[in-house]
Amino acid sequence: MWWYLLKRLGLSVVIVLMAIAALFVMLHSIPGDPVSIALGPRATPEIQAAYAEKMHLDQPLAFQFLIFVGNVLQGDLGTDVFSNRSVGLTLSEQLPYTITLAVAALGWAIALGIPLGCLSAIWPNSWIDRVTGVLSVGTIAVPSFLVSIWAILIFAISLRWLPVLGAGDEGDIIDQLRHLILPAFAVGLGWVGYLARMVRASMLEVMGENYIRSARAFGLTSRMVVFRYALPVAVLPTITLIGVGFGGLLSGTVFAEIIFSRPGIGRIIYDMVLARNFPVVQGAVLVTIVLYVVVTLIADIIVSWLDPRVRDSL
Amino acid sequence: MSETHSDIPGPVPAETPVPERGYSMGREKLMLFLRNAMGVFGLILVLLFFASAIFAPLFATHDPLAMDIPARMSGPSADHWVGTDQLGRDTFSRVLYGGRVALKIAAIGVTVALTTGLILGMVAGFGPRWLDNLLLLVFDTIRSFPTVVLALAAVALLGPSLELVLTIVIVTTIPGYARLARTSTLALKNTEFILAERSLGASTARILFVHIMPNVIGPLLILAAMDVPVVVTIEAGLSFLGLGVQPPTASWGTILNEGYLIIRDTPWMVIAGGIPLVLTTLGFTFLGEALRDVFDPKLRRGR
Repeated sequence: MWWYLLKRLGLSVVIVLMAIAALFVMLHSIPGDPVSIALGPRATPEIQAAYAEKMHLDQPLAFQFLIFVGNVLQGDLGTDVFSNRSVGLTLSEQLPYTITLAVAALGWAIALGIPLGCLSAIWPNSWIDRVTGVLSVGTIAVPSFLVSIWAILIFAISLRWLPVLGAGDEGDIIDQLRHLILPAFAVGLGWVGYLARMVRASMLEVMGENYIRSARAFGLTSRMVVFRYALPVAVLPTITLIGVGFGGLLSGTVFAEIIFSRPGIGRIIYDMVLARNFPVVQGAVLVTIVLYVVVTLIADIIVSWLDPRVRDSL
Repeated sequence: MSETHSDIPGPVPAETPVPERGYSMGREKLMLFLRNAMGVFGLILVLLFFASAIFAPLFATHDPLAMDIPARMSGPSADHWVGTDQLGRDTFSRVLYGGRVALKIAAIGVTVALTTGLILGMVAGFGPRWLDNLLLLVFDTIRSFPTVVLALAAVALLGPSLELVLTIVIVTTIPGYARLARTSTLALKNTEFILAERSLGASTARILFVHIMPNVIGPLLILAAMDVPVVVTIEAGLSFLGLGVQPPTASWGTILNEGYLIIRDTPWMVIAGGIPLVLTTLGFTFLGEALRDVFDPKLRRGR
């Protein structure tokens, strides 16, 4: 177990380092003057000169890379070129909004998707199985940004049930929750389908195993067999799926934040791309990647803790 | 799915829907596919997508760029079937032409990604251990970039363009094909027919392309059918954000974007721009799943 943890952790670190290297290479492979690219066309010559010296642009490339990695490891993501604020500070203000949205979206998808998949595996070819089957393909087929737009059209403009823009008033929990409903619905909808299908498939497989037959032969109730013996095993691949799919979930939150004008990491990346404020974009991309890597790491650790067979696979 | 022995005369006419045993593999698979209602429905939608994109100039009722300011933001009418946008351009015609962008990205993107992924995956599976590990690491790194975030970062540096969207699509979908090809190659690597071929002195290239590739490519083609919706969605999504196809070119994403801006005036643009996206996604998903069930039931658990 410890050996697996160590190797898995090592892999995460290497992936983050590779991602940092890729960002660095991307930044340096564009033709033109790095200072004006990094700062954008609105920077004055004084800002440019200060930036060039601060970023050690007169030093060799390898040295610049080491400084870059060193700064990132110390949590220094650089400075916003326009407002002179620390990028890390800006991002730490935005991050909770993104995490709230991601957790809310995933939460309702899990709460609905897993029971649906479970029920349709227990009663295959029943009406609930058929409805779930159609529903899950349907929800997967509609891209999340389209769900967002159509949800606004239906629930906010036609029915006027829910507010559209922003994240709600500061300190007013009810208002914030009302603003969270539509984005969380849009980001999570596809996941309901994914999870239901995944749980159904792995549940069907588990229900065919010998140990389930033994459990039944011992005279355990169906409920006991399903909840104590089948479901815990069947849910394992789902945890991995959530981990791997988290990147897609983050892409979904980017769209939701932009369409619903919510604050968050995705929105800040989009706004800063349009403003060509590169240090902020770079920092935010890095934070997103680290977030993704941490979530996959946690998912893998949970799975390996529950299922010892996985530990040999790395 | 191809009919290989159609010239062999049989006791039953070819159009009889009753599946007959004793025919070639191809016919049996075809029958199995035709009995899959979802698959046939998917195939129809996919053919519709191809036809509407390729023959867009024939079906379009208006020039997609022709403006008719007096009729701007109108609803459906006899002249404009699903209304017009804020410049009075005909939305129906623009949706048809938008399909061409989607088709172009999907066709080029999936082909290039499949070919590259196939080769990289076979090399990773067949090559030395260190190369395998290195390639796996690269694939994992690429997958660790959320697509949209990667796209945003790239656009920030290089500016929006169709070529950039294509590059992003290719780079982000290669790992999927490569991993699948690698797994199949690893399984084949030490089988007896490969060992025999090797002992006869065949070159690595010959083993890879003559012997391994035909055994590996099937699942990849099915994955490709299922990847088309992903690719089309990425294009539409980026164009929606204004980071892909640039105006005045019509794309489902730009139509949705323009429609979103005037959503309080007319709902028709976001409806008309969204439906083809959903139908295309559904079509390729159903088709891919039916093909998988017919040709490679084992793949079910993979993704």
